[in-house]
Amino acid sequence: MEHQSKLETVLRGAALLLVVVFFMFPIFWIFLMSLQTNETILRVPPSINFEPTLRNYKALITGKLETSAASLEINFLQNLWNSVFLSVASVSLALLLGVPAAYAFARHKFKGSEDIAFTLLSFRFAPPLLVLLPLSLYFQKMGLANTYLGLIWVYQLICLPLILWIVRGYFEDISPDIEYAYRVAGHSWFSTFRKIALPLAGPGIAAAGLLAFIFAWNNFIFALVLASADKQPVTVGALAFITASGIQYGQIAAAIVMSIAPTLALALYAQKYLVEGLSLGAVKG
Amino acid sequence: MSTLELRGVTKRYKKETVVDNVSITVANGETLVLFGPSGAGKTVLLRLIAGVVEPEEGQILIDNQNMTDVEAEHRGLGMAFQNFALFPHMSAFDNIASPLTVGKRSLEEIKTGVDKVAKLLKIDHVLDHAPRELSNGQKQRTSLARALAGSPPLLLLDDPLRNVDAKLRFEMRLELPLLLDAQGATVIYVTQDYKEAMALGQSIAVLAEGRIEQIGTPEQIYLTPKTLEIARLFGDPVINFYDVVGQRDETGVFVELSQQRLLLDESKAKCVDTPSVLGIRPESIKFVPQNSSNSIPITIEAETPLNEKIVTLAKTEGGREMLISRPSGTAGPATGKAFVKIDESALLLFDQVSGKNFVDPAQLNTEREFAA
Repeated sequence: MEHQSKLETVLRGAALLLVVVFFMFPIFWIFLMSLQTNETILRVPPSINFEPTLRNYKALITGKLETSAASLEINFLQNLWNSVFLSVASVSLALLLGVPAAYAFARHKFKGSEDIAFTLLSFRFAPPLLVLLPLSLYFQKMGLANTYLGLIWVYQLICLPLILWIVRGYFEDISPDIEYAYRVAGHSWFSTFRKIALPLAGPGIAAAGLLAFIFAWNNFIFALVLASADKQPVTVGALAFITASGIQYGQIAAAIVMSIAPTLALALYAQKYLVEGLSLGAVKG
Repeated sequence: MSTLELRGVTKRYKKETVVDNVSITVANGETLVLFGPSGAGKTVLLRLIAGVVEPEEGQILIDNQNMTDVEAEHRGLGMAFQNFALFPHMSAFDNIASPLTVGKRSLEEIKTGVDKVAKLLKIDHVLDHAPRELSNGQKQRTSLARALAGSPPLLLLDDPLRNVDAKLRFEMRLELPLLLDAQGATVIYVTQDYKEAMALGQSIAVLAEGRIEQIGTPEQIYLTPKTLEIARLFGDPVINFYDVVGQRDETGVFVELSQQRLLLDESKAKCVDTPSVLGIRPESIKFVPQNSSNSIPITIEAETPLNEKIVTLAKTEGGREMLISRPSGTAGPATGKAFVKIDESALLLFDQVSGKNFVDPAQLNTEREFAA
């Protein structure tokens, strides 16, 4: 790498720039849209020449949406809070259940353990719509429809398999000898799990938790069907901007910017773990 | 100090039996070496004793108490692993302290304990290092220190010198027996290096395919190996084997090698008219002047001077290879034709089919000079 010529450096830079522009342009455009009114957004041809305005953000925060036809109440901040609460609670529960389960699957090959692990994984590739209809009927009977508890429960379909399978790979990567050494030194299996296995699988658990958080945050279909307005996360809440008097592109853009901000911040903060964690997990056969 | 007894211990993985009906007794303060090629089940046996792997059958007794179902942490033993198995997220100090943090020891006591064993193993200057910052030798010493720190009465060492360089291995081979003596512990030591086994063990148990093939003192194993395989594993350079058939006439039992008779004592009479394998240790073959009686003519192919001995590769007139070992500094031909004589008292004879020694080591109680 040190023998790189100048031309190579320039070409490499150009290629990187191209990739960054390609991937970041939609987000950049949404950010620009969030600072414009509907009129400037819908201009033909589009232009980046406009007077920036914060009225979209203001509308979201105050909860009053002024359209040409009427003034509309929207509850975006409640949606944002729902997203945060649902994601954090679901991931916490999934970690609480998934990490010990992953450890059990990694360390103890009991009868049917592979089948159970695979069944849990299959939740990830079953089409959600397939389970939604029966689930919503059950939830209504059980009084779980439109409750945080019900949503968090359903979100385990997203979070639990992800955490279980990623973290399991990490536990399997830890040499059993290291745990044996701690056991032989006189420590119980639980303290071995706490003092040896958990810290060593730490990066993997962080990566899995972060991924599960992103998936939970982005979920749309479960919340759409199983929750009504006051429990809905931002992904569903954004539908409110499709009003009778037209689609509020500016507010949608602002809502997107506000809703990706927390996950983006989290991902940037945990980037080191995420890359390290996922690539380590991938190398493992 | 502790006694250890295994009674018919068997361990299977799926359908494969990796430890097969093993029974051993180790006396207080004794060092037993488990020796065998890789895959013989040594490590699994050690783990069974440690309690991190459970046996399907049999009993494990420590100090005459049945420990078969007792969890590893309550067996009160120390163990060092072949791959060191240091805790990568803890400093060397915390690694060594891990057996001491159980129960209610004060920080002061833990520190004293760690310092003592660290000084003994000469790693007191690297105690605050993480395992990845330690050299291989320091890692190995840290792992030994961790095993010793709790002063366990029973110490399990799983090939601790396997992953260290030759120089360090040599140093440790001298140092370890002293260290283990000072501890006074009963030691089970696993190795695949026969020199290590001979240097460290008061007794050696040879394992092959999960079964104990032979248990005995180093001398017994070397001089009367129970099988051809054990004879091959013990000794460097490796023992010479020749397919022969035993014969008998009025002078007694004998075999023929290059038309020369090698007389055997009556204990090997079973080889008569039976396809057998003759084992001759390279050091029991001596160069002799031409035409001395009973000498065998050979052609020398190559000579390898090692530090303490010179090994010669030769061919007999029949074209069979022969390794000859003699101490450094003694004269001998380096090339061309030469004559050798074989020490008949040190011959080994095995059944060609079963590979078993015709002389049962268990029935042999003659004390012979240790010829290694």
